Amino acid sequence: MSQRLTGAEALVRSLEQVGVEVVFGLPGGAILPVYDPLIDSSIRHILVRHEQGAGHMAQGYYWSTGKPGVAVVTSGPGATNILTPITDAFMDSVPMVVIAGQVSRAAIGSDAFQEAPTFNMTMPVTKHNYVVMDPAEIPQVVAEAFHLATTGRPGPVFIDLPKDVAASEMDWWWPEDPAANLAGYRPTTSGHPKQVKEAIRLLAESARPVIYAGGGILKARAAAELREFAEKTRVPVVTTLMARGALPDDHELCLGMPGMHGNYAAVTSLQRSDLLLALGSRFDDRVTGRVADFAPDAKVVHVDIDPAELSKVRHADVPIVGDCRIVIDSLVKEFDKSERRREERGDPPPDRDAWLVQIEVWRDKFPYRYVEGSDDKVVKPQYVIERLCAAAPDATVVGGVGQHQMFASQWWRFSRPYQWINSGGLGTMGFAIPAAVGAKAGDPDRVVWAIDGDGCFQMTLQELITASVERIPVKIAILNNGYLGMVRQWQELFYEERYSEVHLGTDIPDYVKLAEAMGCVGFRVDTVPDVDAVIAKAMEIDDQPVVIDFRIDPMEKVYPMVPAGTSNDGLLLGPAYGQVEDERELTALADSDGAAPMTHGGEDEPPPEHPEGHIELDKGGF
Amino acid sequence: MSAMEPHLTTLSVLVENQPGVLARVAGLIARRGYNIESLAVGPTDDPGFSRMTLVVDQTQTHVEQIVKQLYKLINVIKIIELDPTDSIERELLLVRVACTAETRFQVLELAEIFEAKVADVGAESVALELSGPPSRLNDLLELVEQHGIKEVARTGRIGLERARKRAAI
Ligand SMILES: Cc1ncc(C[n+]2csc(CCOP(=O)(O)OP(=O)(O)O)c2C)c(N)n1
Ligand SMILES: [Mg+2]
Repeated sequence: MSQRLTGAEALVRSLEQVGVEVVFGLPGGAILPVYDPLIDSSIRHILVRHEQGAGHMAQGYYWSTGKPGVAVVTSGPGATNILTPITDAFMDSVPMVVIAGQVSRAAIGSDAFQEAPTFNMTMPVTKHNYVVMDPAEIPQVVAEAFHLATTGRPGPVFIDLPKDVAASEMDWWWPEDPAANLAGYRPTTSGHPKQVKEAIRLLAESARPVIYAGGGILKARAAAELREFAEKTRVPVVTTLMARGALPDDHELCLGMPGMHGNYAAVTSLQRSDLLLALGSRFDDRVTGRVADFAPDAKVVHVDIDPAELSKVRHADVPIVGDCRIVIDSLVKEFDKSERRREERGDPPPDRDAWLVQIEVWRDKFPYRYVEGSDDKVVKPQYVIERLCAAAPDATVVGGVGQHQMFASQWWRFSRPYQWINSGGLGTMGFAIPAAVGAKAGDPDRVVWAIDGDGCFQMTLQELITASVERIPVKIAILNNGYLGMVRQWQELFYEERYSEVHLGTDIPDYVKLAEAMGCVGFRVDTVPDVDAVIAKAMEIDDQPVVIDFRIDPMEKVYPMVPAGTSNDGLLLGPAYGQVEDERELTALADSDGAAPMTHGGEDEPPPEHPEGHIELDKGGF
Repeated sequence: MSAMEPHLTTLSVLVENQPGVLARVAGLIARRGYNIESLAVGPTDDPGFSRMTLVVDQTQTHVEQIVKQLYKLINVIKIIELDPTDSIERELLLVRVACTAETRFQVLELAEIFEAKVADVGAESVALELSGPPSRLNDLLELVEQHGIKEVARTGRIGLERARKRAAI
């Protein structure tokens, strides 16, 4: 005989059934029935201080464990507070399941207390969402939600659970096949053999190929396959902001980050390439710059599990729908075959020496560089990252959003996949602290450093209370420039240094006292020699969260830089390379809100304007 | 027709009959920045499914993108792009035309030519009902315009692919 359970009990048991070990959340009226059986469950609940924290923690947890993150919140404001992380997870294809309470069925639509139309609100920012109107459906909905969140192109799934559904009884059951009712959901995982062949044929003909590796590599857990493919074919690899660490930075074929703040070799190798092997990447405007000018001579092989990404921004000559791991594996096999055939014919391998030498020259001449401080009192943010990386090379690194995020991505030498966690697509300030807490909760043995901005820190700092109370000893490095630095940088470059509402000040709040008040250890660093000394102290603490307030050079800017909406050919190297730039010339390029224009293919972007006074380096010859 | 020029495309979308599915489809198209010219929803022979017929005015590239995005909706089962030369498309029109005792006859004559039904007659107006390909509906509207159109209601088009004329061997 089957067991009678309440909907809430069925929910908790369903979560156990799919292997959930940790949930992040905060209770309230509509979700009360669910919190009662949670007491008796094996699942660990981490009580956050704001629901946004629960969502980002769930994201961080995914990155460090590979398992979907789970958050539980109440109706109305609880649910609306978690909309930002849901959207963030949607943009970055992070598997996450969010369960929200809802007012009772009879009250839905009546503007009841704490009723919000969360089913409607989450619709466009989730992979799928549910409102459960019958407790008997709960096991099916939970099984489906986890199946959808983790397969195909991963993403967030939202479950709206009315209070009376959670409170009423059902006969417990468990679906054998989570996909049994998903007639419209059949993700294609293996690439079409003809397309795979065609991709390898194009590669054989290519003189200047580049692998453009995106976050899909990590979602597909395909880092090993990527490495094998790159090494066999000897094709250099750029790793986007979402794929940092997919190939280690010290690998000879790794060119590092492309895009708006990418390094010269990564940006320019894409620009000059004749064949882009886009693997799990999506031609984001932060990578392409002005789309019409992006990699103008390149044919494109585009592999993605989401067919809608193929030819969305840039036409794919060889579109391949499939899971990156499976498709790259087929590419390797097909490459082996074609190599055997070539050897049998006695043909030489394609001559790419000139290309590889050219890239080497770019790498050599224009590595990331910064102007060192004039004395010991000027602490450069890049230096802080270098020293953190030296002290904890294997740490998990979590970025906020702003200049510090770009410095972290540029200057940390990533040695493994899933080492770097950040908010790429949505660019959510406040991501770092909660995501670091979630990452550490999922992988407690690993040192976790959040590299945060002072502005970002102030958005979600209360989750350090969660970290202290729950004994999740994360480490936070605030690159404190006293500014909303990235916005200040744009105002300096594109708005004639008219600084509007970007000054935060360095002294209020007092970050050391604030850290202590939240149960953390706080340090402050004002001088260059203190950097190493304080990092060493922080590394010794493993039973409490640590916050270091690094007072950095407030005027430092992130370079290289491609101004938004312009061609990647106009990459500005910045002052560290010894050239004089009249940055005032760039004011004409500013777009209204600092965001790249939304397009369906780049046709309606403004015409390129080439700023005077900047040298087009790759035409200078070497 | 050039792939770069916008043109009317009819998409026949088979969806699961689930709560919110209309909002999902309409919301997705609005969210991606495309306009819907018309949208008609109705049941199919299977109560588990509904069919939506939507018409968009887009370039071929954008139509392909819309189709791919729609397929990502879990409740969308199948999408057919109806080729105007190889499908039957129909729409229903109700139009109330102003008339006097003298002009009523002219309006009714037009109705007869179009084989439109007279749905309602009043002292100062006649309501006509016509179903057919959307272009025919447009023609009728254009011709009754001179009398004064008081109200128009259209269903939006629905369509099916044409059957093969020969049985498969
Ligand atoms: C929630 C949110 N609001 C606003 C922005 C716009 N924004 C991008 S970077 C930035 C400044 C971040 O300041 P801080 O955390 O101090 O980092 P810094 O750039 O100074 O390193 C702002 C306001 C954003 N990305 N997210
Ligand atoms: Mg700052």
